[in-house]
Amino acid sequence: MKRASAIWGWILPVVTGAMIIALWYGVRVVTGMQSWILPTPLEVLQAAVHERQLLLAAAGNTAVGALLGFTLAGVAGWVTSIVLGSSLSLRRSLYPWLLVLQMTPVIVLTPIIVLWAGAGLPGIVTVTFLISYFPVVANMTQGLLSTDRNLVALFRMSNASRFQELLLLRVPSALPYFLAGLRIAATLAPIGAIFGEYMVGSSAGGTGGLGFLVYSYNTQIKIPALFATALTSCLLGFIFVAGVALFNWAVLHKWHDSYEQPDR
Amino acid sequence: MEANAPIVKFHSVAKRYGDGALVLDGIDLSVETGDFVTLIGPSGCGKSTVLKLVSGLSPWTTGEVTVAGQAPRQARDRQSCIFQDATLLPWLTAQANVELPMRLRGENTAVRRARAAEMLSLVRLNDARDFYPRQLSGGMKMRVSIARALSVAPELLLLDEPFGALDEMTRNHLNEELLALRARAPFTAIFVTHSVSEAVFLSNRIFVMAARPGRFQAEVRVEFPCPRRPELREQPEFQAKVNEVSRLLHQVEGVEVR
Repeated sequence: MKRASAIWGWILPVVTGAMIIALWYGVRVVTGMQSWILPTPLEVLQAAVHERQLLLAAAGNTAVGALLGFTLAGVAGWVTSIVLGSSLSLRRSLYPWLLVLQMTPVIVLTPIIVLWAGAGLPGIVTVTFLISYFPVVANMTQGLLSTDRNLVALFRMSNASRFQELLLLRVPSALPYFLAGLRIAATLAPIGAIFGEYMVGSSAGGTGGLGFLVYSYNTQIKIPALFATALTSCLLGFIFVAGVALFNWAVLHKWHDSYEQPDR
Repeated sequence: MEANAPIVKFHSVAKRYGDGALVLDGIDLSVETGDFVTLIGPSGCGKSTVLKLVSGLSPWTTGEVTVAGQAPRQARDRQSCIFQDATLLPWLTAQANVELPMRLRGENTAVRRARAAEMLSLVRLNDARDFYPRQLSGGMKMRVSIARALSVAPELLLLDEPFGALDEMTRNHLNEELLALRARAPFTAIFVTHSVSEAVFLSNRIFVMAARPGRFQAEVRVEFPCPRRPELREQPEFQAKVNEVSRLLHQVEGVEVR
């Protein structure tokens, strides 16, 4: 039963993928579009192979910016949540302004970021950070506030200090929430970095990340290469999400209900 | 401590939450050292609230509550609590869960390791020390919870319907184990339950409570000698006690229905 279901877990997405590719070819054939408007999947692959060195180097650069921004968002999000979770008045004073920050489109802030943080990596990391920070804070704060009331009573009855309650109870019980926030942040971080490179990097020569390639291929009308860049960006995103999933597994699989219980 | 000195005293205590109706009214209670006191009554009669007042989790409105002559909060080191859920921390092993109260009191690692291991073997969970709560059955979790509560050798144990969610067989076993543990390291107990036979089996004093407002309706003394064996449940005098308490409970609930 379980084996069969695992096999279907592989077969179904592959079948869907094949259908999408077939549809893609079909549209191309039926409409007779030019290759520079809609390249075939094969042409995209060919472009990817042809541009592989540029793409790989660019993906590496983007990964560095994304990873830095993501890590910063994770750490800052963790700390902010603990501050927010520890006092109602702090939460009331700060949370609305965090929302304001989240509501402000990053595109509006980009010129200011370039002005303050400078073009290149610092600006890119800042953009990535701004995009991935809020989901971490929102989730982790929710987690800190959702601690089981009976467990809190147990700690209070044992005369636990507020610090012990935070460290030994609230933070560990918020861990699954924190990781859920990180998962969202992981999908956003590469997007943030690429957007940052496109906006910040291109305006000052760029660091040669995927975002810069988008700009460059677009001006050269190398459309298959542009599709290949999209593909590379997807792969980078998957690596980020897989990394967080692995971390999630390492931290939670022994005790959390989201992982299947060992047969006993 | 001297035998028969009162450890918990309620002097005409009333309690309301916020501006709500009275949850408890006119509660007078003197629990003596060595007592096993059970509170039984319809839902909403304030049984659990009595425990909250004793543990200092919630303030009373009028009257006075003392534990060992002190304000409840000052006497927390003397007491432990077992809740309806096992309330284990899911990210800690059984062993680490039992160590928790000692850890919160700043006990050193070697002492709490040894003590927790000893407690777990007393509740027959030697082999489950490294298991996480989700790997344990309901009864096993509750035994970890008992080991945790008794690891600090409390003078006073508060039990808030601890066995209510378990099947009857497991519940009977745990009742017997609790009495065996109590014979080894005596503690005074205040126990809240819905089960009349459990109340009769465990306690020497049973308070039948009525609701709206929560108050003591009757006290039943249970004079069976200790140690109490499982066979006691089949004795006619045991059944007679169960019937007596049930009758009182029906009267109280009858009042409530009307």
